[in-house]
Amino acid sequence: MADDGFKKYALGAARSGVEGGFVPRADDPFYNGLSDELADKGYFTAAADDLIAWARTGSLMWMTFGLACCAVEMMHAGNPRYDLERFGMAPRGSPRQSDVMIVAGTLTNKMAPALRKVYDQMPEPRYVISMGSCANGGGYYHYSYSVVRGCDRIVPVDIYVPGCPPTAEALVYGFLQLQKKIRREGSIER
Amino acid sequence: MSIEALKDLAAHIEATHSDSVRASQIVVGELTLLAERDHIISLLRFLRDDQQCNFETLIDICGVDYPERSDRFEVVYHLLSMRMNHRIRVRIRTDEETPVPSATVLWPAANWFEREAFDMYGIQFSDHPDLRRILTDYGFEGYPLRKDFPLTGNYEVRYDDLEKRVVYEPVKLTQEYRNFDFLSPWEGMTSQIPGDEKAVSEEASE
Repeated sequence: MADDGFKKYALGAARSGVEGGFVPRADDPFYNGLSDELADKGYFTAAADDLIAWARTGSLMWMTFGLACCAVEMMHAGNPRYDLERFGMAPRGSPRQSDVMIVAGTLTNKMAPALRKVYDQMPEPRYVISMGSCANGGGYYHYSYSVVRGCDRIVPVDIYVPGCPPTAEALVYGFLQLQKKIRREGSIER
Repeated sequence: MSIEALKDLAAHIEATHSDSVRASQIVVGELTLLAERDHIISLLRFLRDDQQCNFETLIDICGVDYPERSDRFEVVYHLLSMRMNHRIRVRIRTDEETPVPSATVLWPAANWFEREAFDMYGIQFSDHPDLRRILTDYGFEGYPLRKDFPLTGNYEVRYDDLEKRVVYEPVKLTQEYRNFDFLSPWEGMTSQIPGDEKAVSEEASE
């Protein structure tokens, strides 16, 4: 995305003065303008890459890569109490159908080639959330003979969620940060 | 399980297997037999089949490393009798080369336990149907639970962007492992903060 700062965003909240995010206000000029435009014309225009980035944030199919106790918190986040599906994020069993991989738990040397293989099978654009201390940097097992000292040695990571294990809320917050990141730098250019 | 019943059980086993049981001890209400390595199968078979023992369930087989001994390893068997509601522990000694007779003939569950002991300590088991590594990485070198194995191992992995695969490299740590001095108030807390003992002694003297 050409980041000239003056580009006319119809979608994407940059126009409302909030970078990449959205703080609801009762009288927001951006949304008022949008509402007026809709009422006036019945449609509104948007840049194609903004529209696509917006669509991407709304359907982040996440692949379950549960490796340890973090996987339990990941399950909590996916189930009705924290309900990731209200953000359009549904768990997928196959890497070929998913947009984001959550590395949830301790990544061992033995598992590392399999993790990379699964990551390589994901279609572009793909994102990785590293969940918990072990995936972030080895954590408790940093000095172990069998543990990878951070899954960013194997795959490129977009969001690090700290905690041991992180709560389900923390993972949901990580997802919202990922949405923010996609809105900020999402592009259809390769 | 009372101590008396455990003593009776130990006496019963020692009376019938005096040649294979070197000693028995009862610590914190648990019975342990120190046994001879070469007679372990006949002893375990007796423990499983005897009406008074009836240890039908194999709970665990594990290894222990005592590097200062000439027979540096111990193999420990934990057995449970569901019917008699009692447990027993059997320990034998071995070294790096001498194989221990496999218990797979008595309990199929022994298969993976012995593979794990072999993987972690390099303890050999004779007549084992499939003695190969079970937990460590493919092509792993060394036995990680031996006391002389380096904590961080010898190799680490990373994805190589040029080769497009996960590569193995010698371990390079950005920060060495630190052994904390837990007596120092700056590095770790003790149950009593240094200096507090003075306050206690003053109180006591009053």
